Amino acid sequence: MTTALEVASAVRDPELPVLTLADLGVLRDVSEEDGRVVVTITPTYSGCPAIDEMGADLRRSLLAAGFSEVEVRLSLSPAWTTDWISAEGRSKLAAAGIAPPARIGPVAAGPVPLNLVPPSRQVACPQCGSPNTSEISRFGSTACKALRRCHACAEPFEHVKEI
Amino acid sequence: MSFDNAYESLLGHDDSHWAFGTGFSEALAGVNREFPAGVDTADLAAYCLMLGDDALIFSQRLSEWCSRAPELEEDIALANIALDLLGQARLLLSRAGEVLGKSEDELAYLRDEREFRNVHLAEIDCGPGPGGDFGTTIARLLVFSSWRLALFSRLRGSADPVLAAVAEKGLKELAYHRDHAAQWTVRLGDGTEESHRRMQAGLERVWPFVDELFATHAVEARLTGVAVDPASLRSEVDGVLDAVLSAAKLSRPADTRAARVAGMAGRDGVHTEAMGYLLAEMQHLHRSLPGAVW
Repeated sequence: MTTALEVASAVRDPELPVLTLADLGVLRDVSEEDGRVVVTITPTYSGCPAIDEMGADLRRSLLAAGFSEVEVRLSLSPAWTTDWISAEGRSKLAAAGIAPPARIGPVAAGPVPLNLVPPSRQVACPQCGSPNTSEISRFGSTACKALRRCHACAEPFEHVKEI
Repeated sequence: MSFDNAYESLLGHDDSHWAFGTGFSEALAGVNREFPAGVDTADLAAYCLMLGDDALIFSQRLSEWCSRAPELEEDIALANIALDLLGQARLLLSRAGEVLGKSEDELAYLRDEREFRNVHLAEIDCGPGPGGDFGTTIARLLVFSSWRLALFSRLRGSADPVLAAVAEKGLKELAYHRDHAAQWTVRLGDGTEESHRRMQAGLERVWPFVDELFATHAVEARLTGVAVDPASLRSEVDGVLDAVLSAAKLSRPADTRAARVAGMAGRDGVHTEAMGYLLAEMQHLHRSLPGAVW
């Protein structure tokens, strides 16, 4: 029999359907309590509208797999970071033409430093691989993506921005 | 499996995927929601309303720019920032609602003007309508996000687990908002004569509302260990604003202070003329069609 963890891990992200919720790192825990499956997820951004959809998709998939009762819980802390996107998830993003985020490490305590010059992270073009790209807009089609362009192949592309 | 009509076949056995906000709408489901020992929950609710209303009302103002910004990318940027703030507002209003016995929607749509606790900076009209300007909106975003970022940086250590978690999450979002505003401020301030003039005018317009951000309210003073004393943020925020203004070749406006009513301002529910119009637009659908959901 398929386990609840296997079913939940296969549910795809509604806005980045190349990734599963497990690849994205938002699936935090799957357990069974008193015959009920309890799934814990965490939002990518505070206002991410996809979080409701994720909960509904998880519930639907688990019910369809034969689990009779499903509860979806939200976890806010620790806060989601793009560092939780798995290595497999990063390859899937790149294959879909979306540049994966760089790894940023934990957020330091104390005041957040001001960046008057955008960080000069090298983001390789997912189409041609050229490192010669620049940011068009920090804010893209969803909360988690920025828009960039490649100067080598002249194609625009999306980039899952580091958070 | 047979269906009587096409809609049923689309719905399958679960209709919860039909709209965002249904089926999983409780913003704090599963979050550790214990109240810290010794805290006055009425004060905690009032404080959550303060921080939640700041985000909700400013989110409403930013979303007014959608389709009206100078360029498409900026429509999307301001709408994304508004969405982050709306998410923060939902969590904070839900926390307040646990004490007050109300849902986040009841708090957002069914309170009257005097019950909103947001600072005036969040509500004033900076455009896109008459008299407003993109430069003024950027000036407000710069001040608001610099202040809220400094506040959330300290709020991570709050004794209230929900406030600490909201701050930890929101901090990263606000860092993007502040960087966005700072980069626009430099681009406009150190741009053409026209853009410089309008950016400076924007700063002059919002500056009278800066002082209120750092005034300690009695609720904040009582919530030791839970709330952040905004007076403690002043030097950090001033340092950030000075660095941006200097890079943008703009001058810091003289410190003026918007008038209070009998010593009261937004945190006491006393608002500017703009607030009533804002609430009318934000609340009318919910009030005209009670119980309507998306």
